[in-house]
Amino acid sequence: MFIHIDNKTYTVKAGKNLLEACLTLDLDLPYFCWHPAMGSVGACRQCAVKVYKDENDMKGRLVMSCMETVTEGLRLSIEDKTAKAFREQVIEWLMTNHPHDCPVCDEGGACHLQDMTVMTGHDYRRYNYKKRTYTNQYLGPLINHEMNRCIQCYRCVRYYRDYAGGDDLNVFAAHNHVYFGREKDGVLQSPFSGNLSEVCPTGVFTDKTLKEHYTRKWDLTMAPSVCNHCSVGCNTIAAERYGQLRCMLNRYNGDVNGYFLCDRGRFGYEFVNSENRIKQALIRSRTNEAATESEIMEHVQSLISMSKVVGIGSPRASLESNFALMQLVGKENFYQGISEDEAHLNRLVVEMLRSGCVHSVSLKEIEQADAVLIIGEDIWNTAPMMALAVRQAVVKTAASQASQEIKIPVWLDSAIKELAQEEKGFLATLTIATSPIDDIATHSWHAAPDDLARLGFAIASYLQPGKIVNTDFSEALLDKAKKIGDALKKAKNPVVITGTSCYNDNVIKAAFDVAVALNTGERKTSFSCVMTECNSMGLAMMGSPSFSVANENIKTNGHATAVILENDVYKHIPSANADEFFNSCDHVIVLDALHNATTEKAQVLLPAATFADGDGTLVNNEGRAQRFFQVIPNTTSQVQESWRWLKKLQTLKLHTLNGHALHPDDLLREMETALPQFEGITNVSPKHDFTIHGEKIPREPHRYSGRTAILANKNVSEPKPFNDGDSPLSFTMEGYKGTPPSGVVPFFWSPGWNSVQSVNKYQEETNGALRGGNPGLQLFKNKSDARDLFFNDVPESFVVAKDRWLLLPKYDALGSGELSSYTAALKTLSPQPFASMSTGSLQALNAKDGDMLQIVDAGIMYGSLPVKADENVCDGVVLVTAGLRESMGMSWGTRVQIKK
Amino acid sequence: MAQFTEERLAKVKEIIARYPDGKQKSALLPVLHLAQEQFGWLSSETMDYVAGLLQIEPIEVYEVATFYSMYNLKPVGKYMFEVCQTGPCMVRGSEDIIEYIKQKLGIKVGETTADGLFTLKTVECLGACGYAPMMQLGKHYREHLTKEKVDAIIEECRRNAAANN
Repeated sequence: MFIHIDNKTYTVKAGKNLLEACLTLDLDLPYFCWHPAMGSVGACRQCAVKVYKDENDMKGRLVMSCMETVTEGLRLSIEDKTAKAFREQVIEWLMTNHPHDCPVCDEGGACHLQDMTVMTGHDYRRYNYKKRTYTNQYLGPLINHEMNRCIQCYRCVRYYRDYAGGDDLNVFAAHNHVYFGREKDGVLQSPFSGNLSEVCPTGVFTDKTLKEHYTRKWDLTMAPSVCNHCSVGCNTIAAERYGQLRCMLNRYNGDVNGYFLCDRGRFGYEFVNSENRIKQALIRSRTNEAATESEIMEHVQSLISMSKVVGIGSPRASLESNFALMQLVGKENFYQGISEDEAHLNRLVVEMLRSGCVHSVSLKEIEQADAVLIIGEDIWNTAPMMALAVRQAVVKTAASQASQEIKIPVWLDSAIKELAQEEKGFLATLTIATSPIDDIATHSWHAAPDDLARLGFAIASYLQPGKIVNTDFSEALLDKAKKIGDALKKAKNPVVITGTSCYNDNVIKAAFDVAVALNTGERKTSFSCVMTECNSMGLAMMGSPSFSVANENIKTNGHATAVILENDVYKHIPSANADEFFNSCDHVIVLDALHNATTEKAQVLLPAATFADGDGTLVNNEGRAQRFFQVIPNTTSQVQESWRWLKKLQTLKLHTLNGHALHPDDLLREMETALPQFEGITNVSPKHDFTIHGEKIPREPHRYSGRTAILANKNVSEPKPFNDGDSPLSFTMEGYKGTPPSGVVPFFWSPGWNSVQSVNKYQEETNGALRGGNPGLQLFKNKSDARDLFFNDVPESFVVAKDRWLLLPKYDALGSGELSSYTAALKTLSPQPFASMSTGSLQALNAKDGDMLQIVDAGIMYGSLPVKADENVCDGVVLVTAGLRESMGMSWGTRVQIKK
Repeated sequence: MAQFTEERLAKVKEIIARYPDGKQKSALLPVLHLAQEQFGWLSSETMDYVAGLLQIEPIEVYEVATFYSMYNLKPVGKYMFEVCQTGPCMVRGSEDIIEYIKQKLGIKVGETTADGLFTLKTVECLGACGYAPMMQLGKHYREHLTKEKVDAIIEECRRNAAANN
């Protein structure tokens, strides 16, 4: 529809509010309390504009633009004198108590309040009275609190309580002494608390880890990145200065994480700077272990030409690195570095998504679901951002459907909340034990994996009678199935979520069968399976055998050199099996970024790049390939991407000339040819030689300071910038200044918009895609091998054994993560390893809460763990913390013995 | 820890019963009034106790109690002078009255005398502009205040306090 703004005519989308319409048209209009993900409340009065009845109306009336819907032919003015004076006055009031401490404030230079103050023109303080002051609170190691800076926009509590479901942050008192905080000092409990630092328009809530090594936004070198800490693949911005990773910021992707990150993703970056990093190549057989690159090459050449070489890939290494290893050792000698049990599940998920029977769902689509069924996965702890998306589906969808009936726009936040009251969309959580997400669930049921699978199949059978044969379901189970089935039937956009952490294929098959049985007529069913690592899907799609197979082969054939790629085998495999493997190998070459149990076994250790010092591509659990870019320039140390090391080794092995040009693009092109399932992967990002008007895209803002002085202690001449031949990005402040293609946006900035709010200048519309489409490439679009798939594999009911317990992992939203657990702040919030069992199980063991238990599997003894009694764990199951820094690989999903 | 008397506890139950199941939080305001009646002011222990009675989180009680100025979050004197300072009273000399009370009792606004008898508080319009300047003392309005009247009121309070001891 058409509207007129300051006498110019524009086309806008119906249903939007005036503020959204203005921002989408690239017009500057200040605001505070409005947030694109949280809608309008009209509280701050900052976005006032004049609206006119018709072209003859000279007077007009002031309205809050975030509270009015666009109408055909509407006339409004942003530039009107009264409106401008009003906006200036509002900010003058907001600033009466603000401490004006920008020079010592972490937000300075990336502050929405600064931007809006400049935008309105308020520049002189007339208020001569005392400012109110507050006592700040300790909110834990992640978030800093500085209440004096508050301008009472209420975004923090609206985000923390309403959007993220936290209950330990609130607003107290009234008038000009409003206080946002906890009831007393203490760690914020929500695993989504880090977003407060981006939601707060000023410096009340800031990133405490950044404070440890503070840098202004304009002084950061930034690059688009992808989170490494779970399988969801949220988009991030990695930020560097002085060779150190300084912080992670959210990178908007309308299909994936939107405006937010979980705390594991935001704060899990510091392992990159950790003491535990491998920076130096080592040859362990020498007295002087440290080796130069040429010494390494010389030494390794003999190792890889003498004997058979097997490659152990990694679910947390990039596609490029895994493929380079496959090329080095040959396809038949390349193995996934995970257990057969996990590899089997991952293969199954690939088969399901490739079948095309159901839609592989994005986080954004989960948010819009009208019914959600979760079978077997504790997504709150294994894929936190997915839990946040499910929360939006459950809390918002019911409300927005009701709102359409009475024509309230979805962005009118408080009206929608009043309308919805306690009403929620449908969510059923069928999991091993309770999870924080249960508090918004319609049905929660906790049982052993086989029983969860049986309920899943019973639901599928109820949805499509006759499709499941051999149904000997109990009345109680059928009753549950009916309740859940009826709710799912009513939905138009149901989502079924499952995951591999039950280590039970029946669970995943049951979830898939429910999704297929639901997928009838107009109903569009979506399916998602959470996996363990950031590139579990990419590795699984390569279709190689598991580590267990590698172990068997080496044991039989012997005499082999193993090349282990970024994989602590001891975290994936019970240590006895891993020891067996290393004992059978003649030589072990390990590439990794952090020292761990596997790097101890290496005779040759090569320092690998992390996501921050290298380039690569990851595939998330949805099948979305996403590219991350180097942000720490590497001028001195030996650290380089694993694929680069491996390509150099391959050159040695093949005796071809060394040093030919090599980019991720080349690797991906070779990969596309060798592995057709990755068709299109070369298009995941603009190529390394991509330029705009002959210019690369600068990683540094144009206000970057100190580059002539940064290295003056070494040389007073300014060094040449680090040359990045791998990507269209440059390590300088010079280059293309416009909006780059969405996949290579290194930071969000626009004139007058220094804070994260500048993302509105990069979107096609509010909450829409980034201009030119969201980055990332869905690999499961290829329907050429689509086929009907239905499993119909109903397992027997779980039977509690007298002296054996089913061993299952228990993940933690903050503590789990092989790499993120090396981050100091997250480590302090991580639980200590423990096991939990039902009181029934404990009685059977004659043990009590707090006792030390030892888990024994087929003669393998695991270390002792304290046991916690947990009523929600079903009898016959033992849950053990997984993914923590101390955690080691266990035979998950098998029945183990337990000794006191 | 201090608890409600039997009688008040019965009253609390009666208030809670007015609301549907799961909506006990609706009873928060009247229950806080009862608590203030018994304990004089709302300590965090008292608020935690109320949270327990209503089966809500303490933070939800703090949020509400801090919002309203009529809940005392610090100990107050036996007699609380709530002097109106809004326009009409101000025109009629409320500022002088407040100043006089401050001097006479040796306290500032918001403070309590050392003997625990008096607290001085300034409030906004109490709807008695026709009798300005005025203040509220307990459940009663004291109107057309003068310095002499203030003296008399303070004397009266001291007498009552002595008699009740």
